[in-house]
Amino acid sequence: MSDAETPPETEFDPVAPNTGEEFEPVDVFPDSDDFDLRPGADSCYKCSTCDTNCPVAEVDDDFPGPKFQGPEQWRLKQSDDDYTVDDSVMDCSNCMRCDNACPSGVPLSQMHNTARGEYVSEQMDKLSVEYIRNRILANYRTSAFFASKVPRLANFAMNFGPARWVMEKTLGVTSERDFPEFARQTFREWWADRGGQAASRENAREARERRGLPEDADKKVAYFHGCYSNYNTPEVGKAMVRVYEEFGYEVVAPEQKCSGTPMFANGMLDDARRHAETNVSSMSELVDEGYHAIASCTSCSMALRQEYPELFDIDGIDKVAENTFEAVEYLRIHEDLKGEVQAADVDGELAEEFAYHAPCHSRNQGLDRQAVELFRDLDGAEVEDVGDSCSGISGTYGWKEEKYEKSMEIGEEMFEHMEHAEGDTGMTECPTCAMQMEHGSGYEIRHPLELLEAALVE
Amino acid sequence: MAIESEVLVIGGGLGGLTSALAAAREGADVRLVSYKQSTLRQASGLVDVLGYTPDGDGPLTNPYEAIPSLPESHPYRKVGVQTVRDALSLFDDAVPTYEGEHTETNALLPTHGGSIKPTARYPAGASAGLASDTRDTLLVGIEEMVDFDAPHVAAHLDATGVPFDVRGETIRFPGDLRADAKVTRYAKLLDTNSEVAVRGRMVPAREALAQRVNPLLEDEDRVGFPAILGDDNPGAIRDALGDRLGVDVFEVPMGPPSLPGLRLEDALFAALDEAGASIETGNPVVDFEGEDRIEKVFIEKNGAKIPNSADQYVLATGGFVGKGVESDREGVYEPIFDCHVPHAEDRYDWFEGQLFGDHEFARYGVATDDDLRPLDASEHSEFENLRAAGSVLGGYDFAAEKSGSGVSIATGYAAGQRAAQEAR
Ligand SMILES: Cc1cc2nc3c(=O)[nH]c(=O)nc-3n(C[C@H](O)[C@H](O)[C@H](O)COP(=O)(O)OP(=O)(O)OC[C@H]3O[C@@H](n4cnc5c(N)ncnc54)[C@H](O)[C@@H]3O)c2cc1C
Ligand code: SF4
Ligand code: SF4
Repeated sequence: MSDAETPPETEFDPVAPNTGEEFEPVDVFPDSDDFDLRPGADSCYKCSTCDTNCPVAEVDDDFPGPKFQGPEQWRLKQSDDDYTVDDSVMDCSNCMRCDNACPSGVPLSQMHNTARGEYVSEQMDKLSVEYIRNRILANYRTSAFFASKVPRLANFAMNFGPARWVMEKTLGVTSERDFPEFARQTFREWWADRGGQAASRENAREARERRGLPEDADKKVAYFHGCYSNYNTPEVGKAMVRVYEEFGYEVVAPEQKCSGTPMFANGMLDDARRHAETNVSSMSELVDEGYHAIASCTSCSMALRQEYPELFDIDGIDKVAENTFEAVEYLRIHEDLKGEVQAADVDGELAEEFAYHAPCHSRNQGLDRQAVELFRDLDGAEVEDVGDSCSGISGTYGWKEEKYEKSMEIGEEMFEHMEHAEGDTGMTECPTCAMQMEHGSGYEIRHPLELLEAALVE
Repeated sequence: MAIESEVLVIGGGLGGLTSALAAAREGADVRLVSYKQSTLRQASGLVDVLGYTPDGDGPLTNPYEAIPSLPESHPYRKVGVQTVRDALSLFDDAVPTYEGEHTETNALLPTHGGSIKPTARYPAGASAGLASDTRDTLLVGIEEMVDFDAPHVAAHLDATGVPFDVRGETIRFPGDLRADAKVTRYAKLLDTNSEVAVRGRMVPAREALAQRVNPLLEDEDRVGFPAILGDDNPGAIRDALGDRLGVDVFEVPMGPPSLPGLRLEDALFAALDEAGASIETGNPVVDFEGEDRIEKVFIEKNGAKIPNSADQYVLATGGFVGKGVESDREGVYEPIFDCHVPHAEDRYDWFEGQLFGDHEFARYGVATDDDLRPLDASEHSEFENLRAAGSVLGGYDFAAEKSGSGVSIATGYAAGQRAAQEAR
């Protein structure tokens, strides 16, 4: 090891979470009957803009809509001691569209998340099939972890007809859908085989030299790959690494758990908090060291940026939120990405016309137009927006037997637009939207990072 | 690095969208950033230019004729009559589903409250409902939608002396939707023409709705529904209902949440996309850098401040409702650039004792020079590369004058066009 490569004196290990002495997570909900739906409730002036954005209210007669779930329910709780959270809150898909809509800044999704947490912890029968099913769906990471050990067997078993029939009948998991395939090699396995952080540092150094950047340029990011690009689509994670290295960034892949998104949506806040603690501790020390947290899944970046600080009080949480970015967004801010894309072209497998769908959680971060605008001037590929409807799957929502039909009804508009679009390949940042797009159209779905890799990386 | 463009428009309401569109059509590289959804979703979707004078005279027949006698501080006076006309031409071109461009005269449209409103442009869906049309009219209300009580609206219209007979009937919407179903629920059902249960039988929604209305029809030639007839395909739905009923079908614009407003917003965003502009919504502009010139502004995303820089800026953040102008116990202010907002020192002078009195606060907003540059307290322009458009402007009371959309479109057009010319 040369001097330049000697790690700093500290015990700092960018890959392990910092579960040191000082780390003490604080619980916002000291005891579970203390949920507070209040923040911002009084700002609601009942304009119903949120209701016009809710994809569930559009197709589901029984769903009273975001205005009721949030501010109105809160008022009911205040005026009536016996009022318990309405069970319709379980029908909210946590798409967070209402959040983005409210002209008055009422934090609707936070209210729904806390209401759902209260409903599940106080009103839901923990032995019920629904609870067990939701818990399994929410803890996708656990199933994926085991499945990835035996990917071939898992791929077969998970989509084995009779088994799926049993799952639907006993657990309420729809048999209409195909389970996503597990990769033969996870992203982390690939990352380790490739030489981990040391290899990335070397690649970044070479790229900086090529680009005439200073040797010691402070370019380093911590990749939050999430479960899906680890277990199911490692090609997305690889594209992220290669693109960043190409711009001279050193990448680390710290230890991480599920972002918690499926848990928020199912009211499993305790599960979500456990995972969040690991993720925040992992990322916060890196942030202190000058790293930014980068996610390629828009629900993961949404969770780290917005839902964590809204729901939990964990040391370092705000710092992590402020320093988390979506992968393409970060490059747009820090590099002349537009210029490089304009000067590039693609051929081969990704020289395609793509039908692009912006995930709701990217919309909420203001990223819904990013892919379309970025690739406007790219030679060899075309990206066409298929409209602003919700895809309808919303993570675990569309996997529930009783929600399947509604999920497809919400997605109908997107399927139609995909069919009318020029291309026969889909594109989106969200793994579950990708599942829905594939399910409804039969198209293969790619991630913008893959196209970026094809355009910019040798 | 910062995200760069030639013209940066802040605010995605009618004012901001028109600015961005005008600038993009001038050939500038435009970026529009907006925090939340605009007040269009709450507005009727009608485009009023000027219905009444500030003194309350009206309804005006020709809004353009009245503009030169408006007070000098009025935004229309800053941009001039010709610009108002040009701006509306841009609008007509961008939103071909609107009507009214064939005349300079205000059209008279029935509202969901049963009054008659003078307006300059209206959605095609409302056109069979014009109050100047003498055909007899049936209004159909939906039992669950308390905002539109058809018999009551009909009685009100009748009392205004409309030149036709008008009747109101109330039906249950087929399919027994929940009592407070969202307007988008009705729209989606009709858009997709999904089947609904009618007395145990499944019938496509459009068919079922026509079946409910048919027996109620006497010898009217047109039927008006509250504005719930579809989001994506309103024209096809009106045609389908009209065919089955053998009459012309129209929508009466509704209060918030408003489908016509939502459709208008969609149409403008689509036009802007077509014109090649960049668009980002969901995060607020919170701060800026620069002295006499604005160098960059910062968009806040969950604590991170993302720099955006441009040569020219347009401030179109709306009025009190859109959060472009705010007030506290100390005073009234414009929150991003802290532009001066002229207002009475004493809070008790901001409003009148009566609810519908002549409140001063209704006219609060930034004051500008003739180039729409905001002025500071000593009447110098605040920044050389900032213009303001839409309801962030002061000097007019859109609710009283019925001029909201017109002012936003006219000033948006002027600000966007001039910003683009300067950026070249
Ligand atoms: C209930 C109601 C009914 C109306 N009915 C009619 C009618 O029938 N006819 C008519 O002609 N007019 C009507 N109007 C008026 C008309 O709709 C408005 O005058 C016009 O739409 C205002 O447009 P705007 O672009 O100036 O502002 P707004 O529509 O308020 O848009 C402002 C935009 O700026 C954004 N913004 C605010 N702060 C920031 C920030 N810091 N950073 C980034 N973005 C920001 C907001 O999120 C919003 O999207 C009505 C208005 C209301 C409220
Ligand atoms: S999060 Fe989505 S589904 Fe839930 S209430 Fe809001 S808009 Fe509706
Ligand atoms: S959009 Fe906001 S203010 Fe309007 S009803 Fe919903 S929560 Fe209330």
